[in-house]
Amino acid sequence: MDRSVYREVKPTPAIWMIAVLMGAFIAAAGLSVLYIEHHGHIVTGMNNQIVWGLPHVFAIFLIVAASGALNVASIASVFGKIENKPMARYSGLLSIALLAGGLAVLVLDLGRPDRLIVAMTTYNFTSIFAWNIILYNGFFAIVGAYLFVQMARGIAPEVVRAVGTAAFVWRLALTTGTGSIFGWLVARSGYDAAIMAPLFIIMSFSFGLAFFILVLGTTFPLTGRYIGPNLVKRLGRLLGVFAVAVLYFTAVRHLSNLYAAEHGDFERFILFGDTMFTPLFWIGQVLIGGVIPATLLLRHAEKTSKKQVLFASILIILGGFAHLYGIIIGGQAFPLEIFPAYEVSSTFADGVINSYSPSMYEWALGLGGVALAVMIAGMGVVAFRILPMTLSDANIDPTEPDF
Amino acid sequence: MKRLIASLLIICGLAVSGATAGSLYPEIPKAVGAAHPEGNAYMRINHMRLLRHDRDETMRLGNRDTQYSLKECVACHAVMGPDALPISVKEDEHFCKSCHEYAAVKIDCFQCHNSKPDEGFTALLMQTPVASESEIATYLDEVLQ
Amino acid sequence: MKLPALNNAAVRPAEINRRDFFKSGAAVASVTLAPGVTLMAFGGEANANADAGKRWGMLIDVNKCSTDCKACVTACSDENGWKLDGNPDTDAQWIRKVDLTHKQTGREASLPMMCQHCEEPPCVDVCPTGASFKRADGIVLVDKHTCIGCRYCMMACPFKARSFVHEDVEDQKAHAPRGKGTVESCTLCVHRVDKGGTPACVEACSATGHGAMMFGDLNDPTSDIAAALNNYASIGLRDDLRLNPGVRYTNL
Repeated sequence: MDRSVYREVKPTPAIWMIAVLMGAFIAAAGLSVLYIEHHGHIVTGMNNQIVWGLPHVFAIFLIVAASGALNVASIASVFGKIENKPMARYSGLLSIALLAGGLAVLVLDLGRPDRLIVAMTTYNFTSIFAWNIILYNGFFAIVGAYLFVQMARGIAPEVVRAVGTAAFVWRLALTTGTGSIFGWLVARSGYDAAIMAPLFIIMSFSFGLAFFILVLGTTFPLTGRYIGPNLVKRLGRLLGVFAVAVLYFTAVRHLSNLYAAEHGDFERFILFGDTMFTPLFWIGQVLIGGVIPATLLLRHAEKTSKKQVLFASILIILGGFAHLYGIIIGGQAFPLEIFPAYEVSSTFADGVINSYSPSMYEWALGLGGVALAVMIAGMGVVAFRILPMTLSDANIDPTEPDF
Repeated sequence: MKRLIASLLIICGLAVSGATAGSLYPEIPKAVGAAHPEGNAYMRINHMRLLRHDRDETMRLGNRDTQYSLKECVACHAVMGPDALPISVKEDEHFCKSCHEYAAVKIDCFQCHNSKPDEGFTALLMQTPVASESEIATYLDEVLQ
Repeated sequence: MKLPALNNAAVRPAEINRRDFFKSGAAVASVTLAPGVTLMAFGGEANANADAGKRWGMLIDVNKCSTDCKACVTACSDENGWKLDGNPDTDAQWIRKVDLTHKQTGREASLPMMCQHCEEPPCVDVCPTGASFKRADGIVLVDKHTCIGCRYCMMACPFKARSFVHEDVEDQKAHAPRGKGTVESCTLCVHRVDKGGTPACVEACSATGHGAMMFGDLNDPTSDIAAALNNYASIGLRDDLRLNPGVRYTNL
């Protein structure tokens, strides 16, 4: 077992370039928010039918990835896998950064973002949204404490374990809450499913780890630090398992819906329809986001290269994006079934499949959130001793069977 | 020496601007109806508290017979523009704006509430002969409730 | 919802509306005890407060509703200051006419749809700040002072009753404040109801002669609406969700 040495990252010109680039995206997002707040949401592609749009897809993606990014640290502290311990600090920082980015997008898309104080002080506890606000803020506090106990000197390992376990339980509650935002909407056929909560949990495992691998795999070469190939293989194998698990939960969700006649129309819309949601599901979510990366990562897993793992991570993120787009936008595109026995029409888009084309302001806001997450993570590794000098294979427990 | 001249010039400049600008206090337009019995000082400090209380009375309890309804405030404190019609909060001479601008406190009410009184009250103010105070009071009490 | 049994024809109320009923009651109950001292049974002509004993509701007869008629929609938009401005995707619509064609029988019908003022409103459950609330008398409203514009209530409403205000609003009606960035829906003309009146849509429907819409206190056994609900079959939309809406439909 190597003794890990953590050191701040030196801000090289390359890192400064990235910071400037992220700053540009954040500025674009800020300007978009000012524009939307001044003119109203009419300048976006969202309307009374597609109520939550691209910003929410980005926001939920970042929030789900945030909770999953903490997994790497949890595997070390809660499940005792020593080889993950050097990555635990970065895992904590990244989860905070991703959550901050996601929340920024969510909050800035509100109709009245100036009323954020109201949202943080007035709670209706029958609303899972209200619980989520508490869970998100608590996450910052708990992961902050977790980082502190990892980085401070003289803290007993039992304390680190206890705080790590608390963080793990908290993030499970948080992700369950995020999934329940949709799962508890009885009104819409595309939601209204108890499986949403565990689906989101498993998505967080998958997207969070993919994001972590991607960021780690770019940060380390950039700062001249070494990652051992076996460690990459192990992370890749774990990611492959998570990708398959997401496919499993997706299959259960859609098979259950197909069985019930009341949800049949929605399933036909998603699985066999003639809108973009059908190829988005089969090609984007299942193929690109699930089957291809799982094959890359699990087939001949002992021979997986770093490049393959990075590529698979990118595919999983893209597929995850497609997955969330299908859930969030697809669930709204399908009309409400108020009169199931009737064909309906009205001036308020009853009975029609709603279309959505996001404006550039929504893209700017969403990408700005991602940039904010990268910026916060970057600032963290430059300012604090988060990244270990090396992630060599020497940390892998030699008594554990390899593959 | 240079510093002395500079400071003298600054003091002169301030004095001149002070003399020509007039009072720094805002010019608050006079209201239409009778004065508040509580007095202006009390209203300046407490108007939001009173509005909020009566807002909850009306909105949550359905009591439309409140003393401090925003509709009545807007009506009584209406300021007429050059076309003899009430001006909205976008104009600087609006009653609420004239003081809030000075105090640098952002007004949130008029995103949703109309800052001009309804047409009935405007017609009352525009009629000839000029409506009496009791007519205005009756309108405020009965129609605008 | 407890509907009283009005089996005894002798007890069935005469054809008077609620306002006249109260007026007559007030006259009867004003007893002069001494010169200048009057005992009033009711606190004034219109007892305005949101009374927990009341449950305001509507009954809509689909057979009487005509496909060509939009009087209710026009009346609501005139009364409350919203209008269809050429952007039906983003314009607020507090009430709309829905045209129906039965998939199996081909029967055609038309009906107005607005906020159903449910007893268990999903919009109230999901609102993070409690801006979406239900009054004691059953009317579901949005407290626009607390609304942060998150639109979760719009996701949760099974009837798509809620609209988001997508642009600046000017010249609002004094009794119907509405503003950019908040969510709004049918208020059951609470500003009229609180003073003993009826919603604008119901009034307009009566004025056209169709008389498809009826308004009243569901908890009052002597009201017209309670009598009608007792005698004719009616449903709430999406009854399977057990929301117990205050708006019910017959002949659907």
